[in-house]
Amino acid sequence: MRRRVAVTINGTSYEHEVEPRTLLVYYIREQAGLTGTHIGCDTSNCGACTVELDGHTVKSCTMFAVQADGAQITTIEGLAKGSTLHPLQQAFWDEHGLQCGFCTPGMIMAAKQLLERNPNPSEREIRLGLEGNLCRCTGYHNIVKAIQAAAKVMAPGAEAKAPASVS
Amino acid sequence: MAISQMVGASIKRREDPRLVTGTGSYVDDLPETAIVHMVVVRSTDAHARILGIDTTRAKEADGVIAVFTGKELLPEFGAPLPVTDCFVPTKKYPKHYPIAVDKVHYVGEPVAIVLASSQSAAEDAAERVEVRYETLPPVTDIEKALEKGAPIIHDELGSNLSYDVKFAAGDIEAAFKEAEVKITQRLIQQRLIPVAVEPRGVVADYKTWARKLTIWSSTQIPHFVKVWAAVILGIPESDVRVIAPEVGGGFGSKIRVYPEEIMTALASRRLGRPVKWIEDRGENTKATHHGRSQIWDVEIAAMRDGTVLGIRPTQWLDLGAYCSQFGTFQVLGMLVAQGAYRMKAFDGRAVGIYTNRTPTDAYRGAGRPEATFLIERVMDLVAQETGVDPVEVRRKNFVRAEDQPFTTLLGLTYDSGDYRITLDRALQMVDYLGLRREQAEKRKQGKYLGIGLSTYIEICGLGPAVPTQAAVGVSLWGMSVVNVHFTGKATVIIGSSPHGQGHETTYAQVASDVLGIPVGDIDVQHGDTAIGPMGMDTYGSRSTALDGNAVHISAMKVQEKAKKIAAHLLEAAEGDIVYEGGKAYVKGTPSKAVTIQEIAVAAFQTSRLPKGMEGGLEATTFFDPANFVWPFGAHIAVVEVDGETGATRILRYVAVDDCGTRINPMVVDGQLHGGIAQGIGQALFEEAVYDEAGQLRTSSLVDYLVPTAADLPSFELEATITPSPVNPLGTKGIGEAGTIASSPAIINAIVDALAPFGVKDISMPATPEKVWHLMHRNGGTKR
Repeated sequence: MRRRVAVTINGTSYEHEVEPRTLLVYYIREQAGLTGTHIGCDTSNCGACTVELDGHTVKSCTMFAVQADGAQITTIEGLAKGSTLHPLQQAFWDEHGLQCGFCTPGMIMAAKQLLERNPNPSEREIRLGLEGNLCRCTGYHNIVKAIQAAAKVMAPGAEAKAPASVS
Repeated sequence: MAISQMVGASIKRREDPRLVTGTGSYVDDLPETAIVHMVVVRSTDAHARILGIDTTRAKEADGVIAVFTGKELLPEFGAPLPVTDCFVPTKKYPKHYPIAVDKVHYVGEPVAIVLASSQSAAEDAAERVEVRYETLPPVTDIEKALEKGAPIIHDELGSNLSYDVKFAAGDIEAAFKEAEVKITQRLIQQRLIPVAVEPRGVVADYKTWARKLTIWSSTQIPHFVKVWAAVILGIPESDVRVIAPEVGGGFGSKIRVYPEEIMTALASRRLGRPVKWIEDRGENTKATHHGRSQIWDVEIAAMRDGTVLGIRPTQWLDLGAYCSQFGTFQVLGMLVAQGAYRMKAFDGRAVGIYTNRTPTDAYRGAGRPEATFLIERVMDLVAQETGVDPVEVRRKNFVRAEDQPFTTLLGLTYDSGDYRITLDRALQMVDYLGLRREQAEKRKQGKYLGIGLSTYIEICGLGPAVPTQAAVGVSLWGMSVVNVHFTGKATVIIGSSPHGQGHETTYAQVASDVLGIPVGDIDVQHGDTAIGPMGMDTYGSRSTALDGNAVHISAMKVQEKAKKIAAHLLEAAEGDIVYEGGKAYVKGTPSKAVTIQEIAVAAFQTSRLPKGMEGGLEATTFFDPANFVWPFGAHIAVVEVDGETGATRILRYVAVDDCGTRINPMVVDGQLHGGIAQGIGQALFEEAVYDEAGQLRTSSLVDYLVPTAADLPSFELEATITPSPVNPLGTKGIGEAGTIASSPAIINAIVDALAPFGVKDISMPATPEKVWHLMHRNGGTKR
């Protein structure tokens, strides 16, 4: 009954036997032990489980782990390089784009693809691009600002910004 | 106190590096060893007698360790779930145990628990628990609940009425006699589902031979949970530890002691293994309490010039199936319904009613959004009826700066504030007169612009111990421990329990200001009952006004001791010592200073201390202020209503808020943004809908709409600062202000937009369908 699944998550290979009904998000959290990807609903509305899979953002609660067999997956834990945050992580920090932090990993993963597809989005485009991710704390105001700030840093030719330290 | 380096600085949050990297630990992220998964079998009936529960097939299922029914667990509860007085000590309420025994009273009430080796095994087995119900007619309507012959939900109470009490002062009859204008209006506070993005979750671990219980819970109130888990389970409080790890939002929904916290602990004690329960979203919509669910009827006595003489409001509060722990906190809405205005008489009546629905309790604002919605709609109704501009109606009735400290008819005393200033600034920001001209122009083109005001005042900072003990049934105060370590770094322990509010940063700023230790060297710890003496946790926009000030006071005590030690080290008189910037020196000779690090070393190398002085550099404070705090502000919403679809678009949202001293303005603005969004959610989108059988029809985020990024504008915020006189930092609360202010601003704007159609009111949520029908009810004819 159990099926073998092999995936690469954040550059590390994982191989496990799973029940066919196991959703990808549970695989990531429980088998791979990467709990930065969160579960906030059971209807694919909230987006807290958003990850990148073979170059596309997916809500990892909407697919089975077996469907991800052979895939390259990036989760929130895979964004920072050593002690340097990804520009989006840095911008969410700089712009107070998070409060309780529960939606943040999914929000950042969704924003990453948004900027990859549209490096210079308008405020309206950012807001429409985030429709699949719910935040109850920030009113989205500073999330939008964070993505605008990250867009500037990530724009082709922009100088990499040194990470700021605490206080 | 003077604004110094740290207070008033928008310092980036110390919480964020772990949260943006996905390395914070919420309950569901905790490491698991030999854990048992719990699934709660819940009632599918709104009102029914339990004839029997057959757990045989469930117990036979793969991976199942145990199944327990309410009847089996009942003997282990030393007490029912707590209910506090909350303004109505005379209320009638049933005993509420964590699990149903003979009868179920709402869809979602626990009837059995299944414990298994995996979550999926527990879920599969839960479906094999067979509950036989004798369905009873449900009560799903507040008004019908009190009709003769209505089904009785709790037989022992004899009716569905919990209380019917008056809150009155002044001569209301005289006010109505004098009135030139009388208006009657019904206002609906629809039922809301709080929807913290992290649902609740609990891990409980009872160590049989050590006889110690640890509970990790996604809660706003670890200290309350500790006390009540001890009482209900009969475990010494000293053997119970409750930890709130990262908590993914609360908004009031995690403010009570919940059945699942008790049941996981009980199951762990029975099995001798850690037990974990994680709420899924469908479960969350029924098992976590709801908010609001009230009808307000109001009669208004006013004069043709817009002066309000008095109001006669009645609050019909739907308690749901039980009186929740703070279920009647919403009655606070009646106590503060006078708002920012003077009037001669107030004649309030508050009625609490049981229905066969999920219990209601605090939801962001808790009573104050209801009060503000009422009085801000009253101001606009008077404006509409008299033809006086809504701005002028407010100005005419405002409590004036010279009236402060102002005492309301019901005896509450405001601490400070000039409400005209925030309103004037907000009007400037939107160019009010220009907007009115634009509105008139657009109407000619068949476009419907609306301008909505909300000049709110809020009671918060709960609160002084004496009035909160009398009103709520709990003495509320703030707590802090400030402890400077050997190396001059500091740990601050607080009694508040943040879940997104940034206390780790804000309170480090407060302590840093006093002690001169860098913010990065001050660790603020919270949410663990084992680390400090006690706490009153986080709700009601109370934390910074109470615990934040407690941090300031403890830091001052530490500074006093540091000065004594410095005087000894410098061989000077204590009175000559100046302490600033983390150094102490004799007045006039700052070059010969001892640093806080040197002082701290001496505090632990006790041989270097003055004779008779104890070692250590630490202080504890229980802070009990003289009064509540009263933030206020003016919010203006500018909306456009689409004549074809009825959809409301928010063009601008402007807010000028005064919460006294702002320790971290970035965090304050963030609280406002989220609060405003939540109030907009109530105004435009959100509603928990039940059918006549008592089934929740909005039990997922497909059906229950919380605002998305695309639904909201960016917010334009400004501030005035009127320090509170009742605490040393001068801070007031800000966690709920946005929500309190924004729903009436939006509804007033929509009603204003629809004025050409003769519309005087619209109920929340103002969905496109409702708006469209109001625009087309007379074939679309305009007045």
